[in-house]
Amino acid sequence: MSSFLGSSVSKKFVMAIFGLFLIVFLLVHLGLNLFLLSDNPEPFNKAAHFMASNPIVKVFEIVLMGGFLIHMLWGIILQIQNWIARPVQYKQMAQTQISFFSKYMIYTGGIIIIFLLIHFTNFYFVKLGLVEGDHENFYGMAHELFTIPAYLIFYLFSFLILSFHLNHAFQSAFQTLGLNHNSYTPTIKFIGLLYSILVPAGFAIIAILLYFSN
Amino acid sequence: MKVKLKIWRQKNAVSKGKFVTYDFDGASPEMSFLEMLDALNTTLIQKGDNPVAFDSDCREGICGACGMYINGYPNGPVKGITTCHLSMRYFKDGQTIVVEPWRAKAFPVVKDLIVDRMAFDKIQTAGGFISTNVGSAPDAHAIPVNKSKADDAFDSSICIGCGTCVAACKNASAMLFVSAKVSQYALFPQGKIEAKERVKAMIQTMDELGFGNCTNTGACEAQCPKNISIINIARLNREYFSAKIN
Ligand code: FES
Repeated sequence: MSSFLGSSVSKKFVMAIFGLFLIVFLLVHLGLNLFLLSDNPEPFNKAAHFMASNPIVKVFEIVLMGGFLIHMLWGIILQIQNWIARPVQYKQMAQTQISFFSKYMIYTGGIIIIFLLIHFTNFYFVKLGLVEGDHENFYGMAHELFTIPAYLIFYLFSFLILSFHLNHAFQSAFQTLGLNHNSYTPTIKFIGLLYSILVPAGFAIIAILLYFSN
Repeated sequence: MKVKLKIWRQKNAVSKGKFVTYDFDGASPEMSFLEMLDALNTTLIQKGDNPVAFDSDCREGICGACGMYINGYPNGPVKGITTCHLSMRYFKDGQTIVVEPWRAKAFPVVKDLIVDRMAFDKIQTAGGFISTNVGSAPDAHAIPVNKSKADDAFDSSICIGCGTCVAACKNASAMLFVSAKVSQYALFPQGKIEAKERVKAMIQTMDELGFGNCTNTGACEAQCPKNISIINIARLNREYFSAKIN
């Protein structure tokens, strides 16, 4: 088992599996956020309460948090190994045409980590009781946060970066899992492109609507 | 034809090395890039200087010895060719050309533009073979082979082990090479027998030699002189997972 986790291909397998898991979770989260648009705080708070109390969701939550951590850690380890693999850089910058976003995954990932730390401090840690706040009223907390212009700008910026990250991540995960075929890979790439634009755009639009509704 | 060459000069594996600029007016558009370097070397020798060391053997895109990094591209700015197939007609009169050796921890510079690519041999030795009884040629129909698989295996087997994939990859990963070598056997019934041991041993050796990890960026595929596809890398991953699970 240790050698399975240890090889470069295995580490990438773990990255891809958790990456896809996070991708699915993002869609669930977007669905929940839609309740924020309602004038009635009840549905969102109920959903948040359900997420916090349901035992099945609790298991899901542990896997999710583990997934975040491992995806980050493995990503950082793989990147450090990659930097070490080329100790002397080329003088002439590489001219080969490749996907722009694939070159900057570690940096876009780093910005997403910063966003998550702030996001967790605002919401998740409140739920855990690590940070003070009204964990019965996440709806109110979210609405209040989006009255702050600086927060809104940071939020929009983070989702733009997430979009860049997803642009490469989606199809890359399938390639890593060994799924690449002339017949279906173009479809995977297309869905990945749509996903990387529409889902972050959904989060951004909700945030903008909240800002202007308050 | 005049060119300004900025070439990496390094006396030996342990010395520091630096770029040296040569204003060379002995080039012509009909020359291959290596012939231009040969002509430059003739002038250097006549002046009593050390010629620029570079590898080459077949000079017809077969052996994979000649790779070098030219103006930000492995093998120069033309797709699907080795350095020996690169012609000077792709460069403008008076153009500056920066020539560097492959850069990777696993490919240390031996001298000037020559790197040690023994790492590929080590990967190949770890599992890039089949064990079979030799003797007279077996009956061609003894083992049926699916035609499309045979075609795919052929496409993988044309890898010449030149190292362009490693040189092009931002992570200095050797996955395209290893995937081609694994695929060329995995697709044949004869190769299936040792498939599990092969893929595990080759990946392990690749990791131990200090190549980077694949990030599915695709620079290898874009620059490969034999147009090997990263579909092979997906196959390598599948082979590896199934070898680990079974
Ligand atoms: S010298 Fe043999 S491939 Fe270029």
